[in-house]
Amino acid sequence: MADAPKLVNITVDGKPVAAPAGTLLIEACKTVGIEVPSFCYYPNLSLQGACRMCLVRVEKMPKLQTACTTGITEGMVVVTDSDEIRQARKSMVEMLLGNHPLDCPVCDAGGECELQDMTFSYGAAESKFIELKQHRDEQQWSPVVYFDRPRCILCYRCVRVCGEGMDVWALGVDNRGAVSTIVPNKQDHLECEECGMCIDICPVGALTSGAYRYKTRPWEMKHVGTTCTHCADGCKTTLGVRRSDTGMEIVRGDNRDKSGINGDFLCIKGRYAFDFANNEDRLTQPLIRKGGRLVPATWEEAFEFVGRRFKEVLDREGGRAIGVIGSTRTTNEENYLLQKFARVALGTNNIDHHRTADFPAFAAALHGKSGATASMRDVYNASAILLIGNDPTEEHPLLAWQIRNNVRLHNARLYVVNSRPIKLRRQAASFTQVTSETDFTEFLGGDESLASFATREGWNAVRDKLRAEQGLVIIFGSEIFGEDIQALARFAASVPGAKLLCLGDYANSRGAADMGLYPDLLPGYFPVSGAGKFHQEWKITPAAPGMNIGQMFEATKTGQLKALYVIGANPVGRLNVNPSTLKNTFVVVQDMFLTETAALADVVLPAANAYEKAGTFTNTCGDIQILKKAGEVTTAKPDFEMIVRIADAIGFDVRKLVPFGHGVHADMGQSRGAQSGEADQHAVWLEANGLEPKMSPFDPVATLDEIQRLVPGYDVSRTELLAGNDQHTSIAAMGPGTVQNPELIVPAKNNLFSSGTLGRYSRTLNSVIENKDPEPADAVPTD
Amino acid sequence: MATLVSHPDEVRIVSKRFGQGATKIDRYLELDGYKAVRKALGMQPDAIINEVKNSGLRGRGGAGFNTGLKWSFVPKQSVKPKYILCNGDESEPGTCKDRLIFEEDPHSVIEGVIIAGLAVGASSGYIYIRGEYRYLLEIMQKAIADAYAKGFLGKNIFGSGRDFEVYWHGGAGAYEVGEESALMESLEGKRGVPRIRPPFPAVVGLWGGPTVINNAETLASVPPIILAGAEWFANLGTPKNGGTRLFCLSGHVNKPGVYELPMGYNLKKMIYEVGGGIPNGRKLKAVVPGGSSCPLLTAEEIDLPMDFDTLMKAGSMLGSGGVVMVDDSTCMVKFALRIMKFYQHESCGWCIPCREGTDWLDKTLTRFHSGGGIRKDIDNIQYLSENMLGRTFCPLGDAAALPTISIVKKFRKEFEDHLEGRPCPFEKKGTVEQLPVFA
Amino acid sequence: MRFSDQFEQRFTEMLTHYPTKRSVLVPTLLYAQDEVGFLSEEVIAEIASRLDLTELDVRNVISYYSMLTTKPRGKFNVQVCRNISCLLRGADELIEHCEKKLGIGHKGTTPDGLFSFEHVECIGACSWAPAVQVNYDFHENLTTETMDRVLDEYRKKVQ
Repeated sequence: MADAPKLVNITVDGKPVAAPAGTLLIEACKTVGIEVPSFCYYPNLSLQGACRMCLVRVEKMPKLQTACTTGITEGMVVVTDSDEIRQARKSMVEMLLGNHPLDCPVCDAGGECELQDMTFSYGAAESKFIELKQHRDEQQWSPVVYFDRPRCILCYRCVRVCGEGMDVWALGVDNRGAVSTIVPNKQDHLECEECGMCIDICPVGALTSGAYRYKTRPWEMKHVGTTCTHCADGCKTTLGVRRSDTGMEIVRGDNRDKSGINGDFLCIKGRYAFDFANNEDRLTQPLIRKGGRLVPATWEEAFEFVGRRFKEVLDREGGRAIGVIGSTRTTNEENYLLQKFARVALGTNNIDHHRTADFPAFAAALHGKSGATASMRDVYNASAILLIGNDPTEEHPLLAWQIRNNVRLHNARLYVVNSRPIKLRRQAASFTQVTSETDFTEFLGGDESLASFATREGWNAVRDKLRAEQGLVIIFGSEIFGEDIQALARFAASVPGAKLLCLGDYANSRGAADMGLYPDLLPGYFPVSGAGKFHQEWKITPAAPGMNIGQMFEATKTGQLKALYVIGANPVGRLNVNPSTLKNTFVVVQDMFLTETAALADVVLPAANAYEKAGTFTNTCGDIQILKKAGEVTTAKPDFEMIVRIADAIGFDVRKLVPFGHGVHADMGQSRGAQSGEADQHAVWLEANGLEPKMSPFDPVATLDEIQRLVPGYDVSRTELLAGNDQHTSIAAMGPGTVQNPELIVPAKNNLFSSGTLGRYSRTLNSVIENKDPEPADAVPTD
Repeated sequence: MATLVSHPDEVRIVSKRFGQGATKIDRYLELDGYKAVRKALGMQPDAIINEVKNSGLRGRGGAGFNTGLKWSFVPKQSVKPKYILCNGDESEPGTCKDRLIFEEDPHSVIEGVIIAGLAVGASSGYIYIRGEYRYLLEIMQKAIADAYAKGFLGKNIFGSGRDFEVYWHGGAGAYEVGEESALMESLEGKRGVPRIRPPFPAVVGLWGGPTVINNAETLASVPPIILAGAEWFANLGTPKNGGTRLFCLSGHVNKPGVYELPMGYNLKKMIYEVGGGIPNGRKLKAVVPGGSSCPLLTAEEIDLPMDFDTLMKAGSMLGSGGVVMVDDSTCMVKFALRIMKFYQHESCGWCIPCREGTDWLDKTLTRFHSGGGIRKDIDNIQYLSENMLGRTFCPLGDAAALPTISIVKKFRKEFEDHLEGRPCPFEKKGTVEQLPVFA
Repeated sequence: MRFSDQFEQRFTEMLTHYPTKRSVLVPTLLYAQDEVGFLSEEVIAEIASRLDLTELDVRNVISYYSMLTTKPRGKFNVQVCRNISCLLRGADELIEHCEKKLGIGHKGTTPDGLFSFEHVECIGACSWAPAVQVNYDFHENLTTETMDRVLDEYRKKVQ
């Protein structure tokens, strides 16, 4: 460890301030609550000194100095507020407003505009400017990026975040002087990742979002901080919602308070692709197949029908004749509840999900090795990173952001091993192109025979460098599974402080695995044969492994499986299941859309999505985070509620499923009007007020209680979790895991602009895909 | 090709080879060329720096910083290579002296660059010449090639065992690039936007290496100092203002031209004796003493010695040596407008006060000059200029503000004479550029 | 695309002068413009790829420098200085005269493509004002009569 940096003492507005040597004055001021205004200064982006708003008086200096470019020095005496300084700032605002269109009443940024705020703080009530303003028409640069040139104050934040932060370099500055302007890389349009970071960082309404512009006034929205439902990285996202005819409509996504593991970052999906929720194809009522056609039914009818048919199968053939397929986008509580429903209410281990990574093998490799997994925060802070396989820029945008910015801001060393020349090689200290990632992994694990004579020297050199690293994070994609994860763990054990990170693909892929959506594994990777604590609590735990997803569809074909309960998954569409295999099976599907699987079902139940409910997600690193209800569609129900209703309809005592209201009279929701989502809304209210009476069987917090009690590693701080902070779970404390059949792992293969079923129903993602130039983006500056 | 002039009061140091064919290397050698660098090769670096420091040579680009002192800021040890950068991006309105040096005596600049390199421990130098001076770039390319051919550049220069490379570099039209940090950006192939300082170029300059940036005239002054000594040079001028400098007389003057006069030469004498006075029997109204960035002096303020410190005390600047005479037929509003149009055109646009301030002032002055002025415009022009002053990212904002403030202050009456729809009293036809106004 | 041998020779040599490739950018653009007449899409793409830069980056640089242009102009670009020293010695009259004579205004090009015309800022000919640059050639101490002669000379050059 390096020595703690030396503290430098300065005086700001008469207050003593001590900050580490090298701190910028503007940051030092913040530590004592003195906010020095600025437009162009932005933490972690290169310094500009362009807006001149942060001018302060530094003793012994003849001119006012910019606090954003001045490093503190011992004994410095600073004044940040005086008539002279206020006048300087006032004149900057005046000069900006000279050419600014002042169309605030229709500007998207109106109400949350830094220029408005600055004018309010420093500006002049009197306008000195009487010349004609330069008008330029608004330009559309992409389906999601619009540019209104006269509003731009040229703070260059967009240029920097696109280049330095995103490594995309799609924005630049043309011309000079008063006609300087921000320009896109393709002259009249943008060819980029469409992440929208430029819009988010714009202090005014110069860059606006195609998905949001002119939709609402900022103050008409309520802002809900929740977790993104797209990839497995788990960005925190703030959804702006507004009342609509059917509940609450999501109109905007950003990361408003820059909190969470992603800080400033969101990708295109997190920022814009909430719009699947508003898609007109969304199911609005339960459907029951009658005479070969799916026809609308009431909720009561549907639950009664499903309960009756499940009960018939149970009575006749037992739970082994029913299969359950869970989801990678439902909450931990729902996943836990689902597997408990399968095992306890149906008495079967026939449960599985769409696997995208070998988490059971990861659990097996790290069993008992505490502190060996990396969180998303670790990726940003590690002194070195080894990335084997995957293309994070496309598949894990936040992970890629963490890696890039760790390299840029902390000089981390990145080692990339990949069979393709992925974009992150540009940040890499070393890039090793391999024909197979597994060969290299096995080489690291000690099998040197895999390095051909020609490559051995290069591979040895990489391995030697890796071994010398302190605090290495090893990240691997789905190319690595089974025994190879063991090999990697062995190598990690030989590098002091090394941590591992296993990449799965969907928002709660890790949660689905951790919550035991496996035919042979209980929550926390305990084998079904050794149920232990679970058995004590549940009383019923079938000991024989059930059918995996492939076996289930074999069994429907042979007629062995009579009923299939599918939640938030589309095996027919995604896993190439032959539809004819389901001909004689009673299929129940809970989903937002009539997917290929839902279209074959006997009962389809319209489901709420992750933005419409409360619960938790676990990202691919094992960081658990809270979901808060933002949007609401009164015509859909959360999966949690539906599982409980079906259990109830079978005649199962739901008290044995959800440990709610111990000893207290149950409120099934009816007393509050029984409107769909009511109970869930109630749960949010309870959380918001720090209360957990667990009065409702639809209360996911009751299940979270059980998870935290029974799943080792999930016993994280409830306070932190409910406060919206990420908590790293410990896989070491969990069960022994297993090595699984690798054929069951089917990577999602999503890129930046696709997101499985959700992506198919996102108008924004589709419009961006249609607009892409076929030619690849430009090269990047070399210096 | 620029025409040469002469006057008996001239002291020819930098211009001593003008008109003598010194672009040819052999002729340059006959005229004491490359003697100073041979001498410098035998000197300790610190001795060279001290000689230049003690000579009182101050930057001829306009800032007037002691050249030797600037060199002494370069760290002795550096991981990155050190560089000498000759600023030949002469663009300050009223200034045309470096042009003559490149045209008449290019080797003196090369020699100055090498000596600066020996002083600070650099082994390469760049000579940046503004894009419009294409024929000078060609002269310089030839001079550099000739110096290489003689073994004065490259490996083992003058058989000394030392290596030194000099490269030419051409600009493409940007006043702002004359600012030293913007010059480096431009040389590195970027937009000419200045850099944040500190770090100063002497510590972190071209490609991150310590860099000395000097004006072409400054560098051409170095060889004579090395040959004849600091004391000799210092004694040519006034205290702390060593040597001579090239004054470019232009505007309303009978004998315009570039004259080399001792530092501290009286301005009045310069105008009336060297320059031969004001043509057409007109009276002098104002003088721009050192390029368009300097506050103007009125005809009553010109009896003073032209050195950095005196001009500073007089509320102006010695600047880059561009002395522009303005007679009483000239509209000072139009003059202020012309200056502002220039800065508006040349502002790099990086910072708010310069970008917006020059544009606003340009628009206001244009309207004002065309007869659309209102009384509060006069205060507003003053207000805007004062609020740019000292608050911009680089000195370009000051350069725009200073002359404007001085013109409004010293010629306020002329502004008032334009009020109430009256057309410019100096304009013959009354047709002037006009902008629409919402007043 | 192909440039002249002289261009290629100079380009290759210049690359050896600097520690970074992009340092050659500004002079290279000007030399390319001298050959092609303006900085066409093709030239921009070519130079960007040679220097490992994005076209955006190259355009950003081009638009900064006043001598660089992405639009074609006349064979002879008449640039009249209008800055203070020239102003005081009759630049306005010279501009007016040229505009009348050529029949075009600021940044215009004659229909025959022979001349374009623009007002420029200080070209460093203050002591020899008023001054004009036609392409790279300086013409100084001009009057309307000598200006006519200058224009005629250029006209003759193409006949």
